[in-house]
Amino acid sequence: MPPALLEVESLTKRFGGFMALHEVTIHVKAGERFGLIGPNGSGKTTLINCVSGSLPIDGGHIRFEGREISALPPHRRTRLGIVRSFQIPKPFGSMTVLENLEIPLEYAAHERSDAADADAMEILRSIGLEGKAHLRPAGLTQIEMRKLELARAIAARPKLLISDEAMAGLSHAEVDDILAILFRLNERGITIIMIEHIMRAVMRFSERIVVLDAGERIAEGTPDEIVRHPGVEKAYLGE
Amino acid sequence: MRRTGGILLVGAAVVVAGILLASLRVNPYFYFAGYVILQYIVIATAWNILGGYAGYVNFGTPAFFALGAYTAVFLIQSVRPPLPVLILAGGLVSALLGLGIGYLTLRLRGVFFSIATLALSIVLQTMIVNWEFVGGSRGLSVIRPGGPPFGNYVTFLFTVMVLLAVVAVVTARFIERSWIGRGLAALRDNEEAAECMGVPTLRLKLFATTISGFLLGVAGAPFPYYVTFVDPNSAFSLDYAVNALAMPMIGGTTSWVGPVVGAVLLGTAQQLATVTISSEMNLFIVGVVLVAFVVLAPEGILGLVRRLRRR
Repeated sequence: MPPALLEVESLTKRFGGFMALHEVTIHVKAGERFGLIGPNGSGKTTLINCVSGSLPIDGGHIRFEGREISALPPHRRTRLGIVRSFQIPKPFGSMTVLENLEIPLEYAAHERSDAADADAMEILRSIGLEGKAHLRPAGLTQIEMRKLELARAIAARPKLLISDEAMAGLSHAEVDDILAILFRLNERGITIIMIEHIMRAVMRFSERIVVLDAGERIAEGTPDEIVRHPGVEKAYLGE
Repeated sequence: MRRTGGILLVGAAVVVAGILLASLRVNPYFYFAGYVILQYIVIATAWNILGGYAGYVNFGTPAFFALGAYTAVFLIQSVRPPLPVLILAGGLVSALLGLGIGYLTLRLRGVFFSIATLALSIVLQTMIVNWEFVGGSRGLSVIRPGGPPFGNYVTFLFTVMVLLAVVAVVTARFIERSWIGRGLAALRDNEEAAECMGVPTLRLKLFATTISGFLLGVAGAPFPYYVTFVDPNSAFSLDYAVNALAMPMIGGTTSWVGPVVGAVLLGTAQQLATVTISSEMNLFIVGVVLVAFVVLAPEGILGLVRRLRRR
């Protein structure tokens, strides 16, 4: 078996006396569409913050392409190919949509600034934002903001894209819109971890799903297996 | 590349114009006033590299300025090196302080960073007050070296400040238009997102605080020869803290032009008020103008101009 692209090994994270993640182990294979679900407060976003480097870990290992990365600052991990989008969009407000994409193109993908312009436009076109290229993020709608968040992550040329609730609060059609974009990215060889509360989306998208509850991994399997798993229902609905 | 050459040419022209102005021998007061305005161009530009580009508001400008000035005083008291050495040394010592402040940004953001810089100024002033070798609380008279390269010493210092202002503005402009400036703008807008998009935020912040500190120290280093009497109250004056912040805010913080416009306008207004009304009117004017701008034109004069053009 080839080594996994991302190996999270017995990851532990505490906030004071609160155990946010306890010995969580997750392996994500290259090219996989991976779903991460769990009730509110189960540690999904904490796990992502640990993988992307925003939070230091208290125990365990994180390896990417076989290399230990748990001591690297976030920008180094981005350059290695681990790119995340944020649950609440965090655009660069003083820049245009196009300029927002040029930051990761220049800093993460190391493109020259004159080449970045054309490439940024190309990404916007692929995601359906080319008409808004010269607007400030403040002038975007909710769905456009989510698309910008994804577009900016794509501009960092990820090997592994972590999409943190990119669809929360969107309409049925808009969810399908974002799903289509993620499917296309995956076809191009980008591994994707999807964190989502919208079950319809995660179940359709993921090849494999891990369920977190109260900082522990309680289940892993295909969408069908997860739906039938007794522990998952208990975690979401109680006894 | 050609544009870089262009700006260097413009900079050289300004320096030559400064030398010509200095040889005009008009009323000496104009050189005194001009020196102060030029000094504020350096200060406002230096402040803006950290405050405007990176979004870290520094209330501790007097600490950096005075550190430059007192480094010069210390050297004058001990080895009396030539002026260029004083300026370089003042800049380097302040740059070190800037580097230290840069590490503070690891833990302190927003208003807490600003409070820390304010405290820094007070701590440093207390140390100087208790250091007799550089004059302590009483201050110290400094004797200017005889025989400036041309003109008298005031016109010479005026020319030196023209050169320093050009260096500061060209540096700021270069930073703004380079990848460094784009990275700083990203971290100003959202530091977490910037870091996750591959921007080495800590390194860029350290760069900004160090360069900003260097230029503030450079502005302060010729100060002892300019006033010939240095005491803690004048070197750590609140004026520097307020003006360093007000001038870029009034001119516009997102471009190198802003601090220059702000420094020229406010600096000139203050000089006029000092002669015609009273020296106490200085900060009053700054205060009123600053409040007006923050309320009516938060993006400064540059923002106003841009808005008018778009119509």
